[in-house]
Amino acid sequence: MVTLELSEIWDLLNSIPDPEVPAISIVELGVVRDVRVTDSNIEVDITPTYSGCPALKNMEEQIRAKLLLVGLTPLIKTIYKPAWTTDWMSDETKEKLRAYGIAPPEKLSFENLHPFANNDKGPVACPFCSSTDTSLTSRFGSTACKALHFCNACCQPFEQFKCH
Amino acid sequence: MMTDLNKALNEFCLRIADNSLIHAQRISEWTGHGPILEEDIAMSNVALDLIGQARGFYTYAAQIEANGKTEDVYAFHRGEREFRNKLMVELPDNKDFGFTMMKLFLNGCFDYLMFRDLMKSTDETISGLAAKSIKEVTYHVRHAGDWVVRLGDGTQESHERVQNSLNELWPFTNELFEQDNIDTLLITNGIAFDKESFRSEWTKMVTEIFAKATLSIPENNTYFPTGGLKGVHTEHFGFLLAEMQYLPRMYPDAVW
Repeated sequence: MVTLELSEIWDLLNSIPDPEVPAISIVELGVVRDVRVTDSNIEVDITPTYSGCPALKNMEEQIRAKLLLVGLTPLIKTIYKPAWTTDWMSDETKEKLRAYGIAPPEKLSFENLHPFANNDKGPVACPFCSSTDTSLTSRFGSTACKALHFCNACCQPFEQFKCH
Repeated sequence: MMTDLNKALNEFCLRIADNSLIHAQRISEWTGHGPILEEDIAMSNVALDLIGQARGFYTYAAQIEANGKTEDVYAFHRGEREFRNKLMVELPDNKDFGFTMMKLFLNGCFDYLMFRDLMKSTDETISGLAAKSIKEVTYHVRHAGDWVVRLGDGTQESHERVQNSLNELWPFTNELFEQDNIDTLLITNGIAFDKESFRSEWTKMVTEIFAKATLSIPENNTYFPTGGLKGVHTEHFGFLLAEMQYLPRMYPDAVW
């Protein structure tokens, strides 16, 4: 029997930090898609950020552990549709990323959908000094979801959460 | 017993998954050996995306087969003749970065167009996996395409080497478009789409980049290797599998 309110379950899930970017929660990241309470159980839908994101398994374990504390053993389903996008992050979440030292993703545009389209949206603002005198060092970073940039103003390398 | 349609769908998923997995295995050979740190990280990331895509399609294939198989059974407990990947992706890169980028580019353009079609599949899981995969593939093609231009329009040596890579890989591109009665059945049911329908668009895509890269498509090819759909592979494939499958075969009880 599930005695918690749906909103309380969401609150619990929202207290689980992203294992790779702990400044935001897995709910803010957009990985938790749906929570359903059935007569005897609870079902949680999650979706991967990137297909091969190694953190997904860890997120699943954290969800299990967190809900077990309140006596729930959820059925966790991985879903692919709709495909995860950084557009699901709220402005507040993006601000948390920036404060943590990661440049937040821009809004997804049509250009992102074709490999040859000019997707140069200009330099990404440095999360430390806000300067836009920055350059892309590498499209790929320390995790699947980030790219590497360098700020010429404050001479700091920084990561950007890729627009996806 | 699977219905004919389910059998075809299972095979269709395995073909896509095998291709992504074997391509990823080759690319991951660069991990720790990249020409520069950024590219080392890039290739590990690309391989990870491709493995993730393969997992999605293997999992769906297993679900269709519904006899207790898992993604790991497909990846680690099948032999050479059971793999359906295209020959191009299993070719060894011999530590030639330009060759790896050219392969990623040629196969990536194909995957991009294939997934774009599959997003319209009447099968919900296929369209979902396609919508997921295409975003990653788009990024890979952008990256590989930049390198093809940079190397092609670079120094004399880089130009020569990447042109040689194109000459060597080009005959293998014909196989990308190969299809058989499995595809026909799925096309009839709106699950898959005719690969020939985007062949000219693919040619246009690669030609556009080769023009920028000052590279030319080799002419007068008369031999186009094929065999992947039937599980007939190049001599290199057995060695790749031996390395990839070593651990789970040596230690059958090993778990992740």
